[in-house]
Amino acid sequence: MKPAAFDYARPGSLEEVVSILAGAGGDAKVLAGGQSLVPLLNFRMLRPAILVDINRVPGLSALEADGTGLRVGALTRHHTLETSRLVRARFPVLATAMAHVAHLAIRNRGTAGGSLSHADPAAELPMLALLLDAEIHTRSPAGSGRHAAGGFFLGPLVSALAEDEVVTEIVLPGLPPGTGWGFEEFAQRSGDFAIAAAAATVTLEGGRIAQARLALTGVDETPIRLAAVEADLVGARPGEALARAAAEHARTAVNPNSDLKASAEYRRRLVAALVARVLASAWARAGGGAPAPDGAAERDGAAERDGAAEPDREGSP
Amino acid sequence: MSAAHDVDVTVNGRAYRRRVEPRLLLHDFLRHELGLTGTHAGCEHGVCGACTITLDGDSVRACLTFAVQADGARIETVEGLGTPEALSPLQEAFREFHALQCGFCTPGMLMTCVDLIRKYPLASDAEIREGLSGNLCRCTGYEHIVRAVRAAVARQRETTP
Repeated sequence: MKPAAFDYARPGSLEEVVSILAGAGGDAKVLAGGQSLVPLLNFRMLRPAILVDINRVPGLSALEADGTGLRVGALTRHHTLETSRLVRARFPVLATAMAHVAHLAIRNRGTAGGSLSHADPAAELPMLALLLDAEIHTRSPAGSGRHAAGGFFLGPLVSALAEDEVVTEIVLPGLPPGTGWGFEEFAQRSGDFAIAAAAATVTLEGGRIAQARLALTGVDETPIRLAAVEADLVGARPGEALARAAAEHARTAVNPNSDLKASAEYRRRLVAALVARVLASAWARAGGGAPAPDGAAERDGAAERDGAAEPDREGSP
Repeated sequence: MSAAHDVDVTVNGRAYRRRVEPRLLLHDFLRHELGLTGTHAGCEHGVCGACTITLDGDSVRACLTFAVQADGARIETVEGLGTPEALSPLQEAFREFHALQCGFCTPGMLMTCVDLIRKYPLASDAEIREGLSGNLCRCTGYEHIVRAVRAAVARQRETTP
């Protein structure tokens, strides 16, 4: 399968990028890692007049922590997020989730900004952005813009980005002390899109849950947060009964589709199982409750073997 | 018809310049423009891994990359690994452990493993299996490929101080 003909631009600045996008009147696509875009071009499901390759725009690959949190440049590759010591130290839930994205050759190319812009309803990074209350920074001819992750994903492959707007950076606010996390995904084969996946962060204060965040992907038209389940957790003491109640609440709160991979009822049961596990992992890591039932953290060991000093900056400027 | 672009690339240490249409995929560029037919065209949508090469040192799907994007880049393909008379250590392990039958997936398997072993020189069996999971093979049942990669990893550890 070969794509239909298109023009190709490789601008050297964000100003040029947005000016080309604006001039194309909706008939342009931004090319970052290309791991979702190029299959759509090869299938000719998309036939843009022009591709705007942003890979050589300077300043889009930064990965650094400051007082407010972690700043992830739009061109940061999935493999970098998976292996960066900075990400593993500050957002181990993100590094763990990235290991579930497709395969090494895909993670070498796929980008953070591209994954959010593509807005696949079963992808990991959009769910993580939603879980971690990311702020998505953009540029358009009108100037800089910001979107809360909560309002960014509008439908399958539909985001809040305007036609002349490009993602420049994703900012993840730092986690409060006493916060634990959990991530679980179920897919038919390693690297497949999730049939369902769940992620949680839980912050404990004095043995009670001060804040809980719970997100799912693969079970709706966009990744979702389970606000009602989160609200019920706040103020409670972690434990098996609480995990069971939250899992049952989550099962009835979701409204998944049936498809070739799984029925809606199967997905609801998966949601219940995954929610119970991510909550148990999260509060165990936060320092309360029973430890996680399985080896959810096993991949972390490999990264810690080499134990070098942790830099505050990674990636190119 | 869209405007053509000049592409300068270094493939297996040799410099090439060609003028290409933007829609030309990198595996077609390697095969048809440069005559390097070791890189195979399989599914052409990023699923099978047969077209895997390295681009500036990282394994990538050539079918999900346009030749114009490779301008200025350093590419390695299966032709750069060894020769029939002098196989690379990885190729030698594939031969020894019968890690191929029809051979269609083999160039992609090898280039995937080149990157895997560089990035994870201590790769465990689980990491080898995860590393191979993006490459489809319809002949071997994978078990012999895992054995070959395991042997290549072990030999590299013996020979690396």
